[in-house]
Amino acid sequence: MKRLITTALVITGLLLGLCGYALAQKGKMIQIKGSDTLVNLVQILAEQYMEKNPGTALAVLGGGSGTGIVGIINRTCDLANHSREWRPKEIDQAWEKGVKPRFFVIAVDGVSIVVNEKNPLTQLSMGEIGAMYRGEIKNWKAVGGADKAVSLYGRQSNSGTYGFFQEHVLGNKNYSTDVKEMNGNAQIIEGILQDEGSIGYVGVGYLFDASGNVRKGLKVLNVSKGKGEPAFSPLDKASVDSGAYPVARALYQATAGKPAQAVADFIRFEMSDEGQKIVEKEGFFAISATHKAENEKNLR
Amino acid sequence: MTKKTTGRLKESAIRAFFFACGVLAVIALLGIFATLISTSFPAFKDIKLSEFLLSKNWDPTSPEMEEYGILSMIMSSFIVTLGALLIAVPIGVGVAAYLSDVAHWRVREIVKPVVEILAGIPSVVVGFLGIVLFAPLISKIFNIGHGLTALNGSILLAIMSLPTIISISEDSLTAVPPAYGEASLALGASRWQTLFRVKLPAALSGIIAACMLGMGRAIGETMTVLMATGNARTFPQLPQALLRSVRTMTANIAIELGEVPYYTAHYYALFAIGLVLFVITFVVNLVADVVLHKYQEREL
Repeated sequence: MKRLITTALVITGLLLGLCGYALAQKGKMIQIKGSDTLVNLVQILAEQYMEKNPGTALAVLGGGSGTGIVGIINRTCDLANHSREWRPKEIDQAWEKGVKPRFFVIAVDGVSIVVNEKNPLTQLSMGEIGAMYRGEIKNWKAVGGADKAVSLYGRQSNSGTYGFFQEHVLGNKNYSTDVKEMNGNAQIIEGILQDEGSIGYVGVGYLFDASGNVRKGLKVLNVSKGKGEPAFSPLDKASVDSGAYPVARALYQATAGKPAQAVADFIRFEMSDEGQKIVEKEGFFAISATHKAENEKNLR
Repeated sequence: MTKKTTGRLKESAIRAFFFACGVLAVIALLGIFATLISTSFPAFKDIKLSEFLLSKNWDPTSPEMEEYGILSMIMSSFIVTLGALLIAVPIGVGVAAYLSDVAHWRVREIVKPVVEILAGIPSVVVGFLGIVLFAPLISKIFNIGHGLTALNGSILLAIMSLPTIISISEDSLTAVPPAYGEASLALGASRWQTLFRVKLPAALSGIIAACMLGMGRAIGETMTVLMATGNARTFPQLPQALLRSVRTMTANIAIELGEVPYYTAHYYALFAIGLVLFVITFVVNLVADVVLHKYQEREL
């Protein structure tokens, strides 16, 4: 019996040693954290990248843009995904800790405004959407819809989309306290499918089912800058690229200072034609030439 | 060294080990309490205690004016928990009475383990049930747009606290001396009268303790309510509060702690909410313990 135990111990010890050796050989794991809008996309990019470069390991986590930004400030991750720009307060905090963040645009996202299929409207203006989310318009009748209470769906305050939407659509005013703050894009869609008076905002990547069509039961609204002006759809790539669709935004990654070689290689891969093809396949829009040039400058 | 002293040494070593195990729980509790107090105290440098406890508005990331009032959340936690108790107590006590007095022993052998398995279902799974099963049901029955309401949370928390309520109530009903029941039956009372007028009152303190423990479970539950109640920050106005979206204290901490910038008023305020929650559950558990103790003493 005693011998058995000793043998078992020796074998476990050897195995542990081997594991440790293997890990040490593999080199440091690159930690990527942040935006839930970006997590799926970056995960796929990372998988493709690791397939081609077996030497590097990347770990991608969600948690919201704020989580990633805090990770860069506290140096707990190598690369942060974020779907909103850093707040001045956050940049100050980073500088106080000696971290000089650098930003890279890796994709462009049109935040789409979605309603239930049974809603008769096809378009809204930025002003009307903002007024709904500020709690000023409480019935669809006020914007030419049916006599039905507006039921608001949104993200939680740790989401970059929450901040982006507040800044660009609500005009930096408070959200109505009636907004149902859902735990992610998928839950917003779940709510809208069931709720006839609903309105919500989600990244375009979440609108499609497995075969690439807009999910059944959802209606994507066209959005105009002002009332009476032409409205554009987020599904139309040309109008997002030209900036005609008013609720579009850049999606970023940030590093603490000049990125290390391994991280820089990964960012280059994301910017490459191959990387951008994946970006488009995942329902986002490719970055423009200006963004690319800006990124190149930040890599150096 | 003689054999006797080694034996004694071993004895006291073992005793010390078990003492350390016992003390560990106390140290953990004191440690958590101390951390909570020291991290929530700085919040009140920036926030007035009266505003914190009595204001209904919570919006720490507001671009207009940051507000730190938790009254809406206290009220929401209270309503969701009360709703859960209203559902769980009658069912739980009913099941306990059935198991201890009416059920055939074979039925009891099956039902008791099943109830205990219910306690082992992860809260995320219960929350998911709330989204896909109960929420659509509630929205149909009450003819409201969506079912992500306090009532939805109450139903789920009732399910989660049932095992506690059933098993402790059943124990205390079984602990009622058989002589009580026999005397009642001998006096000509029916089985129903015996159960309702003699056994239940005799076991009342145990049943109350069971309900308090169930309540402690319900009020501290996070994931389920986070997923199922919609998380709107609005103040739950009685009487329709059960059919409105609410945000409980636990859900708020879970939502915001991930992205909060460290060592800011917002960060400390979240810990202060944790402290309020801790005090509430502590009081609930204390009362349960006192009541339970009283009942055990009387049995001797």
